[in-house]
Amino acid sequence: MTDEAGIRALSGKPVAGLTVEAVRAGEVGLEDLRIHPDTLERQAVVAQEHGNPQLAANLRRAAELTRLPDDEVLAIYEALRPGRSTPAQLTGLAASLAARGLPRCAALVAEAADVYARRGLSA
Amino acid sequence: MTAPEPVGRIRFMNRQRVNLDGFAVEDPELGLTALCSPHDPPPSLVVTDGRITEMDGVPEAEFDSIDTHIARHGLDLSVAAEAMALSDVAFARLLADPAVPRQEIIRLSAGATPAKLTRVLALLRPPELIMAMTKLRARRTPSNQAHVTNRLDDPLLLAADAATAAAFGFREIETTVPVLGDAPSNAVACLIGAAFGADGVLIQCSVEEAAELELGMRGLTSYAETVSLYGTEQVFTDGDDTPWSKAFLTSAYASRGMKMRVSSGAGAEVLMAGAQGCSMLYLEARCVALARAIGAQGVQNGGIDGASVAASVPGGLRELMAENVMVMMRNLESCSGNDALMSESDMRRTSRTLPIVLAGSDFAFSGFGSIQRYDNMFGPSNFNAEDIDDFLAMQRDWGVDGGLRTVPAERIALLRREAAQACRAVYAHLGLADFTDGQVDLAVDAAGSKDLGETDTLAVLAAAQAIRQRGLTVVDIVAALDECGYFHEAERTMDFARARLSGDYLQTSAIFDERLHVLSLVTDPNDYAGPGTGYEPSPSRQAEIDAIRQARGVCDLRESQATFAVPLLGASGPALPGQGPRDVVIGVSPAVGRDVWRCLSGLAVTDVLREMLAGLEEEGCAGRVVRFNDSVDLGRIGLAAARLAGSGIGIGLQGKGTALIHRRDLAPLANLELYSVAPSVTLELYRLLGANAARHAKGGTPDPARNPYSDEAIEARYHTTVIALMELERRRMVPGALPEELSLEGLT
Repeated sequence: MTDEAGIRALSGKPVAGLTVEAVRAGEVGLEDLRIHPDTLERQAVVAQEHGNPQLAANLRRAAELTRLPDDEVLAIYEALRPGRSTPAQLTGLAASLAARGLPRCAALVAEAADVYARRGLSA
Repeated sequence: MTAPEPVGRIRFMNRQRVNLDGFAVEDPELGLTALCSPHDPPPSLVVTDGRITEMDGVPEAEFDSIDTHIARHGLDLSVAAEAMALSDVAFARLLADPAVPRQEIIRLSAGATPAKLTRVLALLRPPELIMAMTKLRARRTPSNQAHVTNRLDDPLLLAADAATAAAFGFREIETTVPVLGDAPSNAVACLIGAAFGADGVLIQCSVEEAAELELGMRGLTSYAETVSLYGTEQVFTDGDDTPWSKAFLTSAYASRGMKMRVSSGAGAEVLMAGAQGCSMLYLEARCVALARAIGAQGVQNGGIDGASVAASVPGGLRELMAENVMVMMRNLESCSGNDALMSESDMRRTSRTLPIVLAGSDFAFSGFGSIQRYDNMFGPSNFNAEDIDDFLAMQRDWGVDGGLRTVPAERIALLRREAAQACRAVYAHLGLADFTDGQVDLAVDAAGSKDLGETDTLAVLAAAQAIRQRGLTVVDIVAALDECGYFHEAERTMDFARARLSGDYLQTSAIFDERLHVLSLVTDPNDYAGPGTGYEPSPSRQAEIDAIRQARGVCDLRESQATFAVPLLGASGPALPGQGPRDVVIGVSPAVGRDVWRCLSGLAVTDVLREMLAGLEEEGCAGRVVRFNDSVDLGRIGLAAARLAGSGIGIGLQGKGTALIHRRDLAPLANLELYSVAPSVTLELYRLLGANAARHAKGGTPDPARNPYSDEAIEARYHTTVIALMELERRRMVPGALPEELSLEGLT
């Protein structure tokens, strides 16, 4: 189990400071209750050590996604559903993700672009 | 030509509930086959230059999207050759052998294709499946999940029911909605309610994928499981997703610190006419391999919505359990189905669930209906509120941990009131809805939404819209609880929100215990390796399992008997031999008139004696009542009574109501008439016993009574009481003590 002392929220606040008192003082927002990418990276290492590299890969993609706002995450999901995007749109999305420092998510989208085109799952 | 009417025996059998179930003729073309279809591919794996170029008979060029994803991400090629070379039987034996460590199975399974695992699991017989599940589940400590829903999406009832479910021990609560727009309100009501029942209960609101993710992003829910996978590309696409969109969704949940598992299960493809002739187990094997490939930590399977499809074909229940075991082999969390009512027959639905409870799963149910069947908006679960006491008794019967515990009635009442009141207060504080005292009272007492009377369903929808439009988050709920004076629950909710930030509960099979410790594959790994190893309930947990509220001891019986005591049957002196030929003695057991006042039938012992005396009198005999203090044995009491009687005829009566007629020259175990079924004996029959004893005394012809029999489980109902009653009798027994004459005052 992780020791809470070393954990920070996405906002950078130490977890120990996230108390009801802090809520009362109006000092806690949703950003303070969001997981930090470093935490996900640490959990990815744990998953790898426990025989599940795929879970580790997922957690590393998740670490990248902490940087995107909710709306954009939902929009990417929508773009990946069948028949929503042309191969070019997906390739473009992958390039944009890569350029913004989300290489693992970019690779997922790029792979989808390729498979969707072959399997008739593109728009 | 019409078929002739079947004979009575068949007509009788036809009327049994099991015949409401549909049973299908096995038909592989339709996918109506459990474990094996001629169209299932033979297992194969060809790896060329580190790349899979053929899998389960399909060359890479023909891979569909599911094959592609599995081939690129799902298999451990470093072990694939070894796993695929192992014979099916050799592999299956590893599963059933407790001496082979879980880790070895996990290692090999990572390199096995879907068709390979299908063949291996199809070889396991039921006890072998139980052994495999016992050994292979990821988390050492088993647990359970509840459905909490109602037809009206009534927030007060949801809060009260969530508190109830948490108190019963469920570690995950899954809600859903009959009206999609109500979803945010349901999530909030369950979040509030669960905080009253126990610490660390995970909440889910199962709705459309994007809507569900949105609730999680706001911290109103903490896990998701209705992320569906299917075994054929066509059905997958019809479900409006692809392996890549699901992989992305899986990462999206984790990016917001939410636990997530995917959902699949037999029968889904068959119901959509898309099984492509494959067996249910093979299609599910593809789903499970894909679940691992996309990086999900766990799978809800074991039929789910298609459970009754699997159950309709031969070997269907084996298939359902094999699905769960397959998930465990892939080193994933199993949330083991049992969440759809798969039969109208209580026996069949119990038979479906029991092996999984015995083996123990990460979650024995992917939704035990903690509410009544009619309120379950997922459709009735295989077990529901109707069955909670049955389930608690089953845990106790087998000495296994199914995750539930007994909660005292007063505590349930208290928690329901607090939860409903808090829900009302938070909704009022946040300007979501105004509920009345009367509505709180109804929700607290309601066994289901039909007890609520008329409710304002539009108010719920308005509350839900407000939550969504104002972007309320878990922080707002914590603040509202705090400002409404629910400090402890505000702390609990906050502690829980904070605990998610460590990410420990994103690991496989994670739950929080009630001290907010994460139990998972990482922190609480299953170490079963045969008898004496693996999970064993702690002494305190075992005590919880054992102490069902219906259990009674001798003290309880003594207290309840004492409430029936009356100032009759006082001892009036030593009992002396009778002289007259019409003197009949009614001998009673040692505790009668002291500790025992009610028979098993519920009749007062004094009323029973009154009837016997009246029966004797109407046949012209005079009865006396004598207590024999040196034996609890009815034959001896009856014989001793006969020997004391002038007529040589005695009646024996034990406090529990068993009675007989005896004669002085018979052996103790011989007797003239016996009422052996004490719970069913009526006053009329006791009167007849008195009259018959008199007829024996006069040398006349008795009119023997027939023992009343019924189809009730009479022994199950009364044996524990009999044991306690006999103990009360034994404690009053004094060897060598003389019989006492009891006063007839008030009896004649």
